[in-house]
Amino acid sequence: MSTGATTRKQRGGLGQLLIPLIAIGLLVVFNLIRDPGFFSVETKLNNNGSTVLSGNLISIINGASELAILAMGMTLVTAACGGQDISVGAAAAIAGSVFVKIIRGASPVTGGTVVLAFLACCAVAVIFDAFNGTLVSVFRIQPMIATLILYTCGRSIAYWINGGATPTIDSAITGAIGSFIPGIPVPTPVLIVALMALLFSLVFRFTTLGLYTQAVGINQSAARLMGINTTFIKLLSFMVLGVCVSVAGTIGVCRLQLINHETLLIDIEMDTILAVAIGGNSLGGGKFKISGSILGAYVIQMLTITLYAMKVSSTDVKAYKAIVIILLVVIGSPVVKRWFAGMMARRLAGRRPAAAGKEAQVP
Amino acid sequence: MSNETVLTMRGICKSFPGVRALHQVDFTLRKGEIHALMGENGAGKSTLIKVLTGVYEKDSGSIRVEGAEGEAKIHSPQDAQNAGISTVYQEITLCPNLTVAENMYIGRGTGRWVNRKENERRAGEILKNLGIPARPRQQLGSCSLAVQQMVAIARAVDMQCKVLILDEPTSSLDDREVQMLFSLMRDLKSRGVGIIFVTHFLEQVYEVCDRITVLRNGELVGEYVIEELPQVQLVAKMMGKELDELADFSGGSSRDANRGEVLYEAEGLSSSAARPFDFRIRKGEVNGFTGLLGSGRSESVRAIFGADHVTGGKVKMHGKEVRINKPYAAMKNGIGYLAEDRKRDGIIAELSVRENMILALQVMKGFFRPISRAEAEKFADEYIAALNIKTASKDTPVGSLSGGNQQKVILARWLLTHPEYLILDEPTRGIDVGTKLEIQKLVLKLAEDNVSVTFISSEVEEMLRTCSRLIVMRDRNIVGELTGEDLNQAQVMKTIAGGEAS
Repeated sequence: MSTGATTRKQRGGLGQLLIPLIAIGLLVVFNLIRDPGFFSVETKLNNNGSTVLSGNLISIINGASELAILAMGMTLVTAACGGQDISVGAAAAIAGSVFVKIIRGASPVTGGTVVLAFLACCAVAVIFDAFNGTLVSVFRIQPMIATLILYTCGRSIAYWINGGATPTIDSAITGAIGSFIPGIPVPTPVLIVALMALLFSLVFRFTTLGLYTQAVGINQSAARLMGINTTFIKLLSFMVLGVCVSVAGTIGVCRLQLINHETLLIDIEMDTILAVAIGGNSLGGGKFKISGSILGAYVIQMLTITLYAMKVSSTDVKAYKAIVIILLVVIGSPVVKRWFAGMMARRLAGRRPAAAGKEAQVP
Repeated sequence: MSNETVLTMRGICKSFPGVRALHQVDFTLRKGEIHALMGENGAGKSTLIKVLTGVYEKDSGSIRVEGAEGEAKIHSPQDAQNAGISTVYQEITLCPNLTVAENMYIGRGTGRWVNRKENERRAGEILKNLGIPARPRQQLGSCSLAVQQMVAIARAVDMQCKVLILDEPTSSLDDREVQMLFSLMRDLKSRGVGIIFVTHFLEQVYEVCDRITVLRNGELVGEYVIEELPQVQLVAKMMGKELDELADFSGGSSRDANRGEVLYEAEGLSSSAARPFDFRIRKGEVNGFTGLLGSGRSESVRAIFGADHVTGGKVKMHGKEVRINKPYAAMKNGIGYLAEDRKRDGIIAELSVRENMILALQVMKGFFRPISRAEAEKFADEYIAALNIKTASKDTPVGSLSGGNQQKVILARWLLTHPEYLILDEPTRGIDVGTKLEIQKLVLKLAEDNVSVTFISSEVEEMLRTCSRLIVMRDRNIVGELTGEDLNQAQVMKTIAGGEAS
């Protein structure tokens, strides 16, 4: 019985990842048919003279980094609060501005300055997200309404930090964060995503954050009566998202080596929420899988790159993306799933008596 | 009472993957009768109701409704309504933010526009006719639960129903409200409506019903005229065994309530919901809070556990003063609390049986010390066996278990924390007779192991069987304390009804 239970559990776990995996599979097949060499990875020399990987696959994985990192944090907020933070893009602009401000304040940019700059921008992002979290957890304001405030004013705050200019940073270290560390052929943002994923899995392994978050998201009242501090868990989910926001903001700034508070990670909040949804997580909160959201982020990026590769203009891309996303969301909806499960059950039921008949004939 | 049948169900079968929910079940409802549908959880009552109301499609069998030629074709709840079958569910399924009249006519117009005046006039007539104390223009949410229930019935009646199904309508009503509902049911009965009454309260069945149909394990046990089936036999038929178990169960009242160390002591304890009260419990004692719904019994135990905002009072554990202002503090002091409303305050429905069981223990161990998977599985296996929990596996979401088994999972959750003092608020509500007995036995066993237990139940008999001391509450105040000789139904009723027994 215990083995039966485990297989069922594993199948259930995979079930949630099925939609993003199928989506990735379809996109891969589609691209291979269109262009057999689409995913080929080459090595080339970059400006610094080191060997690096390049190709569509690399640009997909690299380009999805900020989205994947934000999706991890968003998954936690979604699970605990049953709502989403729509201010992540604006908060990342603030975080990025703080980062740039400090880097520009130092005359020789050393490793220490970069660490300091990151810690400062992390602290600022966590404080801003704690503000969101307080509105949601203490004042019980709906997440979307609560975060609408920062969504609206965040980029103005980012504008004030650097006095309205779009200052550049010029440092080998930040350059390496945004592209490649000399001697390592994998883009640095990809490594950072891996590091964040590892951090999350360690947190879930060595704390009860995952279990508490799900308990709070599913039944807050019951969770409270079991001694869980539900307010704190919700607040904590926002603060974790704040860390993710600062990492994403830092990567975004380092890629371009400048901060443009108007365009940095613009519109990323909707893609983030979408990544969570494509990953099979309920936007109403409760059970969640961070791995699903990460896959969701890659699905979105793969779709974007595919469309660009098909020479779809950047204004049209959004419309095509919408079509594919409608399909994904409908396929992943409970109605379609139930219909599909029913169909499978009928097919199985149809096969079983036939098999039984065959067995009967053998002796 | 005429013997004309309004509803005939014959040979109803319904299977779900892996489960045979109904097998060859017959059910007959006559005009102007109140017919109880009885059975333990999982006997097939709900499935039968859902087949009848079109929520499920039957695999085989026939349903005939009076006034229609041939077999009734019921494929959806809408079909059922058109055939004259109306249902009022346990949970109110109306809209509390609309008025009474709007609720009665919502979704029933011809589709073009709503004639508000006309609807309100007609609603007023029906309400008056049925003696329901509500005004058509009153917001539904401002009515008591009982009146909301009645409005739901009025809506059903106005849809010209021949068959009215009441699924656990009384589980959230107090005695007075139950009586109001019963007089409404009798009134409908005299108008020739056939009523199917599903409930767990045996006394209510004998008070209001004419016939009983008993199901067990998805099969029909039989149909009985109420006078011919004494209560004990009914229970025996539902459980499928003779009730020796009930007999050997005279219980823990024998225990002396005045011996042993005082474990918990509260003086002037009050919360945002409970008035100041004094209370103490000794080691290994089982006591109970009794009183009508709303008398403050739940509020008092919630104050002990720190579930509501504690506003004052002194609390001692083992003679030492402690501060219990939130559930976590209570748990740290060895107190466990099984909440009254299982769905709202107990289960985390989508999490597995295993996760639900370990949660309280996990909280006590702390945020940075997660219980390992292997350990959790061991605990789950142990308690699934010990409490005889019927679940497909320990990874099954707890929400898919039957009510009684859900309750056992929550019990396991608290037992795992090895509390010194366990508060059980209505642990037996809405669960089947067999499980009720198991829980009562468990309570007595805990007391033997020197755990103090506060046991609350709406069924006084159950409390008399298990408790050695009863605290009686009325209008949010403690009005009496019964021990020893005074522990009998008459005395309890007297105390509830009229202050100190003389």
